[in-house]
Amino acid sequence: MMQTLPNTKTITRDILPNGLRVLIYETPHTHSVVISGSVEAGSLFESPAKSGMVSMLASSLMRGTHKYDFNALHNTLEDMGANLGMSSGVHKIGFHGKALAEDLPVLLELLSEALRHPTFPTEEIERLRGERLTWLNYRQQDTGWLAARSIREGLYPDLHPYHYANTGTLDTIPTISIDDIRDYHATHFGAQDMVLVIVGSVDSAQALATVRQYFADWDNPHQPIPPELPALISQQPHYDRMKVAGKSQADLIMATLGPSRYAPDYHAAVVANGVLGQFGMMGRIGEVVREREGMAYHVSSRVDGGYGPGAWRIVAGVHPDNVDKTIALCRAELARLVNEPVTADELRDFQSYTTGRLPLQLETNEGIANSIHTMEGYGYGLDYLMNYREMIDVITADDALKAAQAYINPDNLVIAVAGA
Amino acid sequence: MSQVTYYTLPNGLTVLLKEIHTAPVISMWTLYRVGSRNERTGTTGASHWVEHMMFKGTKKYPPGILDGLIDRVGGQWNAFTSHDSTMYYETLPAEYIHIALDLESDRMTNALFDPDETESERTVILSERQGSENQPTFWLREEVRSTAFKVHGYHHEIIGDAHDLTTMTRDQLYAHYRHHYNPANAVLVLAGAFDTDDMREKIESYYGKISTGTKPDLFSRPEPTQLGERRAMVERPIKTAFVMMAHRVPQATHPDWLAMSVLDSILTGAGGSIDNKTSRLYGALVKSEVCAGMSGGINETIDPYLYTISMTLRDGHTHQEAETLLLAEFDKVCQDGITPAELSRAKKQARANFAYETESITNQAYGLAQSSALGDPTWHDTYLARLESVTIDEALTAAQRYLIPQNRTVGWLIPTG
Repeated sequence: MMQTLPNTKTITRDILPNGLRVLIYETPHTHSVVISGSVEAGSLFESPAKSGMVSMLASSLMRGTHKYDFNALHNTLEDMGANLGMSSGVHKIGFHGKALAEDLPVLLELLSEALRHPTFPTEEIERLRGERLTWLNYRQQDTGWLAARSIREGLYPDLHPYHYANTGTLDTIPTISIDDIRDYHATHFGAQDMVLVIVGSVDSAQALATVRQYFADWDNPHQPIPPELPALISQQPHYDRMKVAGKSQADLIMATLGPSRYAPDYHAAVVANGVLGQFGMMGRIGEVVREREGMAYHVSSRVDGGYGPGAWRIVAGVHPDNVDKTIALCRAELARLVNEPVTADELRDFQSYTTGRLPLQLETNEGIANSIHTMEGYGYGLDYLMNYREMIDVITADDALKAAQAYINPDNLVIAVAGA
Repeated sequence: MSQVTYYTLPNGLTVLLKEIHTAPVISMWTLYRVGSRNERTGTTGASHWVEHMMFKGTKKYPPGILDGLIDRVGGQWNAFTSHDSTMYYETLPAEYIHIALDLESDRMTNALFDPDETESERTVILSERQGSENQPTFWLREEVRSTAFKVHGYHHEIIGDAHDLTTMTRDQLYAHYRHHYNPANAVLVLAGAFDTDDMREKIESYYGKISTGTKPDLFSRPEPTQLGERRAMVERPIKTAFVMMAHRVPQATHPDWLAMSVLDSILTGAGGSIDNKTSRLYGALVKSEVCAGMSGGINETIDPYLYTISMTLRDGHTHQEAETLLLAEFDKVCQDGITPAELSRAKKQARANFAYETESITNQAYGLAQSSALGDPTWHDTYLARLESVTIDEALTAAQRYLIPQNRTVGWLIPTG
């Protein structure tokens, strides 16, 4: 059988007059519906002194609305076996919900309530604050979390929003007032450039009519345009080793500034990274560190680029005695990646891996919704999946080499080690 | 939903086939009826280590070749070991299913267990365990489990005790493999875009040539009756306190398991894709601001296991406070039972979760494999119908039967700074 990838002809796309972008894809063989999307109100606008405020706001959206208090909101969801959750990032507030298909109208109504009419009840916000502080306290001994924080702070200067954890800190969370949250919501939340993706056993026309019912009159003329990210200069070499009591292992991250998803060489970097630390048993570094030396259960690499330049990082969990050797082995593999092109076999393997797995990524409504949100969010166009194979297959070993050389200097890395 | 074709090859291999034509994908699961419950002291973790060695090559697929085989065609594959079984799966574009059939039929009996590869993997597995040890709750879970089970193999972690991982020999591992890996102790499940008759022919061509296997004796020791509440204390240099409370409950094929599953849904939430903010324990523990979080769950196991509730304490609150609140909720459910509305909601949530989970071909194949592990290939497919029959009285009886001190193990994770 043939599977048609979601594309311009099969995705219903509409932009409401208020700027809300709606995308609907029908999967009649399923019983459920997934909604997924984002609002242009991430922590990009947040001041360092209030770090964590947007994250607190996102969590507060499901704590009570004009029409539904906390209990009514969650009773309605859980009674129908549905879920609706919010998340926050630097650029966007995200949302994700799932229900049986017949319950889509209720899910959309609750989404509208949460985004447009939250009440931020004092009792709920204070409970949330206590939960957040407990969570942050726990993270003070979390080796993976500590290493990631050190990498963030080493790669991005303190005037850059990527420098900060969007969860906030033990110092900032207590200072965030309900008025801070309320004001931010009033100013920054609106339908302009909001993305709403609906995938499931639904009728597109009916679903679109329901979206209009709950969102067409949402207008915030004050909604600000997201600011440009500050320019970045190359990081300085940095090594941070943090001793954490009571641990058996060390979490190691080696990172450099990588491309954003808009960079022309982003996909070439993804291919180079696939060879470095993804394909098969975690690529070249998996072969050396895990398979040959037996030094780590987990070692891999990834390119984190999104709306802005993310980290290109190697992540490993190793015994403390093996930290230096692992760093040396990974550094050698990075040097190899920037000094010689990947082989024809390696290139072909990763190309067929990354294009061949598309059907698996689209096996569920969540997978399809994520793909459509990516296409719309990054402005790739709705035929991106259809063109993906061609786009990846034209990347050459030389393209991958140049991408690696553009971002990686094996002698200029930010390295963080946390653990025993 | 299409029917499952169920048959056994002459060499003893059990086969389950289910056609699903919603995507051009096939998911194949190979199950061996051996897990950590079948391990003896001194070789704990052997099942999991054998699982790792299955990726270290055969004569036909030497190390290094196997790694890229599935990735190269855009598939995904992995394996995991549980208390009761070891499973390997490949989900891949339908036209490449022959790759999975060939490699799995080959490594069923031809894995090399090269001594150098075995030694290299020893440190990888120790690293895996050490990664878990970095999480303070790992120590609490290990302590609670080993306190709840004194005799049965459920007492040790699936990954094994650190000492055994250091001392186990290549020959002990290979013996474990040879004893448990043969067609008679295996189940092969395929779900996805294929024609059943055509797939039967393929399976015959790949697996028919494997010698007839003998069902191995599976080492297992029943746990004696518990005579009173047990307690475990763990100290770690952290700042957050945790409580874990476990009650011994029956195996997944026991009629009371379903009633306990309904009770769990009402007490701690339905799990899966559904939140737990209207559950009884969220109200008692989290809304009261004694705990920052709470979760619970009951496992699908061959032998009686544990119904476990975990609580993360907020700063300034004591283990005893959380424990007292939890026991008060248990007393309430044991005295007053559950309401018709609660029962109805638990069933609706189970139906929703089932619908969500079975949209993926991989999950449908897993459901059949897991059912086979429990000894009843229909367990998953009949789950909802059986759940519908659970009554308020049965839930009350289950609460009174199992949520008692004589079944209970309580663990405290005490922060020392």
